[in-house]
Amino acid sequence: MVTDTQGAQDERIRDEPFATKLMKRPELGAIGGVILVTVFFLITADSAMFTLSGIMNFLTPSAQLGLLGIAAAMLMIGGEFDLSIGSMVAFAGMVFGVLTVNLGLPLIFAIPLTMVFAALIGAVNGSIVLKTGLPSFIVTLAGLFILRGAALVGLKIFTGGSTQLRGVRDAIEGDWLAPFFSGEAFGGVFTWLADAGMIDTFNNGTPKVTGIPVEILWFVAMAIVATYILLRTPVGNWIFATGGDTSAATNSGVPVRKVKISLFMLTACAAALVAVITVIDAGSTDARRGFMKEFEAIITAVIGGCLLTGGYGSAIGAFFGAIIFGMVTIGLTYTNFDQDWFQIFLGGMLLLAVVFNNVIRKRVTGER
Amino acid sequence: MGTESTFHHGTASTDAKPIIHMEGIKKHFGNVIALNGVTFDVTPGECHCLLGDNGAGKSTFIKTMSGVHKPTAGEIFFEGKPLSFDSPRDAMEAGIATVFQDLAMIPLMSVTRNFFMGREPTKGKWLTKRMDIDRANEITMEEMRKMGINLRAPDQAVGTLSGGERQTVAIARAVHFGAKVLILDEPTSALGVRQTSNVLSTIDRVRKQGVGVVFISHNVRHALAVGDRFTVLNRGQTLGTAVRGEIEASELQELMAGGQEMAQLEGSLGGTV
Repeated sequence: MVTDTQGAQDERIRDEPFATKLMKRPELGAIGGVILVTVFFLITADSAMFTLSGIMNFLTPSAQLGLLGIAAAMLMIGGEFDLSIGSMVAFAGMVFGVLTVNLGLPLIFAIPLTMVFAALIGAVNGSIVLKTGLPSFIVTLAGLFILRGAALVGLKIFTGGSTQLRGVRDAIEGDWLAPFFSGEAFGGVFTWLADAGMIDTFNNGTPKVTGIPVEILWFVAMAIVATYILLRTPVGNWIFATGGDTSAATNSGVPVRKVKISLFMLTACAAALVAVITVIDAGSTDARRGFMKEFEAIITAVIGGCLLTGGYGSAIGAFFGAIIFGMVTIGLTYTNFDQDWFQIFLGGMLLLAVVFNNVIRKRVTGER
Repeated sequence: MGTESTFHHGTASTDAKPIIHMEGIKKHFGNVIALNGVTFDVTPGECHCLLGDNGAGKSTFIKTMSGVHKPTAGEIFFEGKPLSFDSPRDAMEAGIATVFQDLAMIPLMSVTRNFFMGREPTKGKWLTKRMDIDRANEITMEEMRKMGINLRAPDQAVGTLSGGERQTVAIARAVHFGAKVLILDEPTSALGVRQTSNVLSTIDRVRKQGVGVVFISHNVRHALAVGDRFTVLNRGQTLGTAVRGEIEASELQELMAGGQEMAQLEGSLGGTV
């Protein structure tokens, strides 16, 4: 009888079609979405959108959101939410501004200090969630208001009444670390490509795109590192296990508490990184920075295939989710549509992704 | 004893020393006496069935054995030496593996990832230290094959397996990580006929590898199909241990139900009470 089932299963080894295999990948929906959105804009948008400069144009906001989205995706796979990351961008921006402008610290100290600050708050968030056993949704919702308020109050204190802190650009002028967090990289390559006539140039011979904005490099690097951690390291296995079933993971010896707290620290640090990049870029920081970004990050993660219940999802999915986001935000300006369609599109996308993910989950678990 | 007895192949040697011996275990929760003097042992390569109705104290007893509870009174000897477990981790490290009813399995994760959850094999050093997926897949396929299950692929999600197959993954995992005593908490309670027989034959395979199996059940027929010895637990007390071939299903059933005259019970148990 046992041999019977073996025979039957042997036959099934060859039976799994490629399409079914593909269906099991959490990022499939997001890749499909990218194709869909690309086709949509190829038809409706001005052809300028898909030139090199157009692509850089929509990848820049994608990158800024994606850094948050990938971290949010990892936290969601671990079974928690962090609604405070948007406010964390403002708060970390304030901390960074004060450290550079008011205290005059060089970036080599200011950036790590900002990160440590953010990580501490992330750890506090995580500890409260674990200690109380309350849903992280509600705990970090409190964080959303507290941090936003702290950013407002803090900025007023340090600037003497303004909610905007200027002078970051002057303060970090000439800092050797600045090129890693602002401006464009590989400028030489682009000049060379322009000279060789391989990319578009202005009439005077300078290339239209003078380099890759550094946030795009951070974004790509983070997607690669996050995917590697999730799929190829024991820690990745622990994250999936923690989100899949906390008690089963605990019983199997997974350090669930450490995993969750580290993930909260990660999302906070990702927010701080976005803060550093955008503050250096703008040369100033204000209390509205990162507004609504927590929801956009979660949408990015969900479009990327993360389940709201945890234990399933991918960093690559969130990567593509962020690209969809950037394409839609910027892409609409290349079309004749009213830009305010953006929100409708976003809501629709989210709904579609959730329904799709639900179907996928049932397929993977064999639920009937 | 019917067709089920085919799951039992070869008898365990009776003179082997017990791996774990629990003597006069008592456990009180406040004024509730959950266990009132339970004596139980397992030798390598035997399947010792612990039978009892709901509320008999089975769960409390296995939790004591696997280090979740500390006994109020009584002694535990592990390989002849007195021992007390401070945590489930201690018991696990000593070689006592428990497969609880929830199986500690995550449906959305692959069989391999479940198999090695918390104990992932790694290769490389420092920054390149990573999970050795190929080896993990290989071991999983091999261990499952040993248990008579050919997986479609090691990256198949556990959710797509049947209840019996999941149970087998949990058992194979415990055996692979060096269990000397394997405690199975009602492994057949939620399964159909065919899946039950798969699990019972898995138990027999494990037993033959020299692992001492503690099989908790309230199904007498399942117990008789694989068990070497049978201990009945009733109202927190052991009513005695019977050896394979010396007891009938109906007698075990009556013992589990309780309310029998002790004299009559002693007779049927051959004086082992």
